[in-house]
Amino acid sequence: MSRTLRTAYIVLVLALLAAPLLVVAGVSINEQQSLRFPPEGLSLRWYGELFRTPDWLGALTNSLVIAAVSSLLAVIVALPLALHVWARQGWLSRGLYMLGVAPFMLPPVISALGFLVFWVSVGMYGQMTATIVSHGIFLVTLPVVTITLGLQSVDLSLIEAARTMGANRGKVLRTVILPLIFPYMVSGYAFAFVLSLNEYIIAYMVAGFTVETLPIKIFNSLRYGYTPIMGVVSVLFVALAALVFGLIGRFGNLPRLLGAERVDT
Amino acid sequence: MSGNRRTVTPAWLAALPAGWLAVFFVIPFAIMLAVSVAHRVPGGFFEMGFELDSYRRFLSPFFGGILLTSVLISAAAAVICVTLALPFTLFLSRLRRRGQTLVLVILLSILSLSEVIVGFSLSTLLSKTAGVGNFFVWLGLLEESRSYTPSLFALMTGMCYLALPYSVLVLYPPVSRLDPELGEAARMMGASPWRAFRTVTAPLLRLPLFGALILVFVFTLGVYLLPQVLGQPQHWTLSVHITDQAVFQSNLPFAAAMAVLLLLVSLAMVGLTLLLGRDKGAEA
Repeated sequence: MSRTLRTAYIVLVLALLAAPLLVVAGVSINEQQSLRFPPEGLSLRWYGELFRTPDWLGALTNSLVIAAVSSLLAVIVALPLALHVWARQGWLSRGLYMLGVAPFMLPPVISALGFLVFWVSVGMYGQMTATIVSHGIFLVTLPVVTITLGLQSVDLSLIEAARTMGANRGKVLRTVILPLIFPYMVSGYAFAFVLSLNEYIIAYMVAGFTVETLPIKIFNSLRYGYTPIMGVVSVLFVALAALVFGLIGRFGNLPRLLGAERVDT
Repeated sequence: MSGNRRTVTPAWLAALPAGWLAVFFVIPFAIMLAVSVAHRVPGGFFEMGFELDSYRRFLSPFFGGILLTSVLISAAAAVICVTLALPFTLFLSRLRRRGQTLVLVILLSILSLSEVIVGFSLSTLLSKTAGVGNFFVWLGLLEESRSYTPSLFALMTGMCYLALPYSVLVLYPPVSRLDPELGEAARMMGASPWRAFRTVTAPLLRLPLFGALILVFVFTLGVYLLPQVLGQPQHWTLSVHITDQAVFQSNLPFAAAMAVLLLLVSLAMVGLTLLLGRDKGAEA
């Protein structure tokens, strides 16, 4: 098949995937509070409205706080896990790795229900801490995977050299390994951050009625009538995801992060 | 591959992630198991105990219908998505690195989108006032705009929208590992592109394809929101009913029992792909 046809297929699929987002972007610049495409009267007022309406602003703040803290938790837990698994073989390492990868692999409804009964049992149902910890667990897989990839690319002779020159374990960790895997920690954090912002079912089951995040707010509004603010949030989320993954693609090796082994430059 | 050189963290440090995951991941699952056999207190949450009432409800025709709906919808979505994703991934892996990165950024951005946003976007795209209906009228295909949602068609579109980027990312590692020279060799010896694909590429990809089908199937089994937004009540899947029972019917034991069933199905499916992967390793 010719090169043009191959590219055309890729572009066609991507265009189909982009179509609903373009319509939503159009809806978000409607002048009136109506769901029309093509939009009637162009205005950016709904973008301002997101930051002026207290309950939308509250949901935005909740989402950002939860995403920022839970992703940090995920990285803090993932780092010693990945380091341990990288350095040691055996069933303990394998079990630990499985435990780190499992939360994200299972259908999220299952984890969500597990978290729900857990927080009900310990009496923290409905608190933001519960959402943050649950997200931290659910998303731990992402930094575990990126940091593990980063460790695999560490040149062992560097460690050898540092050891020969008398560096102890802690010093090797601080001066050799951490600087080398730091970009992978950052991309793990970024992946987790974006996914936490977009996560609905766990946040909903754990504290949906008290701690409203943006996805919960959108879904509630979807039931009680449309507002272009929903389009605004969708546009901002798509833009943020594209920015984050674009930066990872620009400064890191995205094909390798996603498992490709040979890529021509 | 000596382990000693790499040990830069003391062994006790592993207790931190192990303990953290045990408390907040393993214990919740244990509680969920306990709740699934607990006694339901109407109006409240539950009372610990041991009874199989919640599991017994699986034997009802109502539940059989839910299970059948879930399996059919997920299986159909998996087949459609993997079929579309295979050529996409093959073509993607032949692009240069910049092109691959660009496509991957787009796919990841869409894959990370909340189901809520996907549901909202698609219901807008398929709506009467802002959707493709307007476009068809403009083209002269329709007299008057109409809505295409909620319907099975809308639901399947949504499922595929979520699962297509996922399918590509699942197929991407094995496809990118294919040796392009094998296909080229077949071409040089006079095979048509289709024949080269059928006799060289496809057999190499048989196991990854089967694995991708299963993973996408499990992924779509977990979709919990689109059936509510884009489908009709008869299209509600197991995941929707778990949420519904837990939150709106306040029947945590039944929700937990359904979640345990979904967990077992998912684990069995994922275990199957791992087994297949091991066979492949043994052959090589």
